[in-house]
Amino acid sequence: MYRYDEYDQQIVDERVRQYRDQVRRRLSGELTEQEFLPLRLQNGLYMQIHGYMLRIAVPYGLISAQQMRMFAHLARKYDRGYGHFTTRQNIQFNWLKLQDTPDILADLASVQMHGIQTSGNCVRNITSDEFAGVAQDEVVDPRPYAEILRQWSTFHPEFAYLPRKFKIAISGGKEDRAAIYAHDIGLAAIKNAQGEVGFRVVVGGGLGRTPIIGSEICEFVPWQHILTYVESILRIYNQYGRRDNKYKARIKILVKALGIDEFKRQVEADWADLKDGPGTLTGEEVDRVASFFTDPVYETLPDHDSKLNEFKADSRSFSNWLSRNVKPHRVPGYAIVVLSLKKPGDAPGDATAEQMDFVADLADRYSFGELRITHKQNLVLADVRQKDLISLWQEASAQELTTPNIGMLTDIISCPGAEFCTLANARSIPLAKLIAERFENLDYLYDIGEITLNISGCVNACGQHHIGNIGITGVEKKDHDEWYQVSIGGAEGNDSSISKIIGPSFTFHQVPEVIERLIHVYLRERFEDESFISTVRRIGHTPFKEHVYATDFVAQEDEAAGKHVVLPAQYEVPYYSPRF
Amino acid sequence: MDMIIKNKAIVADDWTVLRLQEQEKPENVIVAAGKVIVPLQVWQAQRAALQDRKEIGVWLASDERPEELKGDIEKFSVIAVDFPKFSDGRGYSIAFNLRARLGYSGELRAIGDVLRDQLFYLQRVGFDAFAPHPDRKIEDVIKGLSDFSEVYQTSFDQKLPLFRRVQRKANEAAPGQ
Repeated sequence: MYRYDEYDQQIVDERVRQYRDQVRRRLSGELTEQEFLPLRLQNGLYMQIHGYMLRIAVPYGLISAQQMRMFAHLARKYDRGYGHFTTRQNIQFNWLKLQDTPDILADLASVQMHGIQTSGNCVRNITSDEFAGVAQDEVVDPRPYAEILRQWSTFHPEFAYLPRKFKIAISGGKEDRAAIYAHDIGLAAIKNAQGEVGFRVVVGGGLGRTPIIGSEICEFVPWQHILTYVESILRIYNQYGRRDNKYKARIKILVKALGIDEFKRQVEADWADLKDGPGTLTGEEVDRVASFFTDPVYETLPDHDSKLNEFKADSRSFSNWLSRNVKPHRVPGYAIVVLSLKKPGDAPGDATAEQMDFVADLADRYSFGELRITHKQNLVLADVRQKDLISLWQEASAQELTTPNIGMLTDIISCPGAEFCTLANARSIPLAKLIAERFENLDYLYDIGEITLNISGCVNACGQHHIGNIGITGVEKKDHDEWYQVSIGGAEGNDSSISKIIGPSFTFHQVPEVIERLIHVYLRERFEDESFISTVRRIGHTPFKEHVYATDFVAQEDEAAGKHVVLPAQYEVPYYSPRF
Repeated sequence: MDMIIKNKAIVADDWTVLRLQEQEKPENVIVAAGKVIVPLQVWQAQRAALQDRKEIGVWLASDERPEELKGDIEKFSVIAVDFPKFSDGRGYSIAFNLRARLGYSGELRAIGDVLRDQLFYLQRVGFDAFAPHPDRKIEDVIKGLSDFSEVYQTSFDQKLPLFRRVQRKANEAAPGQ
């Protein structure tokens, strides 16, 4: 993976120094909270319900064992012993003190990490394919370009105060695993007929209040020009994006207002001035950065290990894990292992300090000391020898990281929700737990098959509910009770689509039953081997809607007892949400 | 006389910025004698009278286009860009376009909500003068110019990206390196 040279280190160290002084000025009253707000946000520091939340950038989701151990250290020293991996491949700590944050950033800088631009109206952390470099369908390794874009966007002077946040994702496989259609800019690294590398550039995608699938602005931008082309997109957006209404300020609104053709014309008029100028990328620089992403020293191994088959026959648990959580690797004898952070009953994406230390050790022993964080909030060991799978599975099972549910209904993507976030209308994590517990039976889960379920606590869509096959959103109601809208038909990847709401909203305890009913319709209507999303697309929303609303919901017994309700007493600091 | 930051130093400044009051109209507002930075609209409305002045400045609001000054650029001793709120980042692109596309080489001044922590970025896109809030200690504000000693990307101040300026290290451990 990429390692800092003296320039990268200097820039990050100077950032820590600058930030330390900003915190000092805030604590002394020299800076008002209003002035401090954009400064702390550009270092990933939010003020949430319990206190300060820090979002740390994991560039394109790639992390070393050493960096993971630093997260464990931070979790123990400054937080409550755990962290939350996010849908943007980052990690968040929820219980920090402002005065500690400069030291935390200094600790991070010591392992080449930071919180730069993980929030605020600037270019955010760049996300990518969690299987980059090892996927069988890879056309171009996106990681060197993701790193080049990371550097380009870091402290870009012109684009630090954009109308709104700006997210770039980059994929390099035939299948898009980076949700590029749901980003402000999506880049698909491709090769043209001559075998030259370039990017299909998609612009104006996004979720939030106005979910829109991105439009193609250019079918092939040669790699040399990608930085200047992105610069021109940002310059047009910075000048003409709406600033009068934050809900209409994302680039998708501008692209829609102008139309993709006019937007493209303006971008390319700006770009004409930059094309072939000094901002053009050089082959030397691509080669230099790519040298950090060369293959590790793979052994020559057979692709099928007989021991695996024997063990598979003996152990159904192992066999389930192998078929759900282990993905094919492009090198014979190796496998990609997804460690599930979705054990039913746990908060999706949460990991304890012990688990972090543990996965760091696993990475050192089994996967060349590297890990990836997925936008589906799981962890990946990308380079595991197939012959190590049995021992890896045994060890990881002891830490409850082998729930065999990757891509299944209980592999739920969830935002932190109203227990943590001031924006949320409703809780997300307890709902995810409730649903996961209801679908815990593996036979049933596997019968349902591939499906995605996304939960957002509000319309801002951090849980990416619009691109879930089933999407759940906490909605705002005057009575301040928790209500959830349920939508179906969303998808990410090559065949992205935005989900549609099925009807009036539901209470917290009704939602699992609603999902059960949706599944009933699917199981009744599906053709053999047809996935949930394919059935929805084939038969439309009506049968689902009719069945869900056909009968009343019986109040759950535990509804009155409040079994799943998170009680204030669990927290040491006063539990408070303005929405409740 | 107000103090401003100009060419990385704190200096006294004798320009005044004319801001139209609610009832004032660009075509008949009286532009005082002396060194005045007028709004773009006033310049456009009173161009005939103003262009003969020995020294005149103009300022752009964040929603105005620098191309409006095309052909007139040489007439100004100073062009200012107003930041109604520090979080309104349009002024950065206005400055970049004035410098890089329209070739303006005179004083380019940031006015309005200009704060210490924006100065580093402002100087990169082409501003060389800054008129911070009068209630701020200008000795503190100027420190913002030197927050960072290295940058990755091109802008007006730095024509070459870092990768073209210095020899950066490749991965020595990589096979074949």
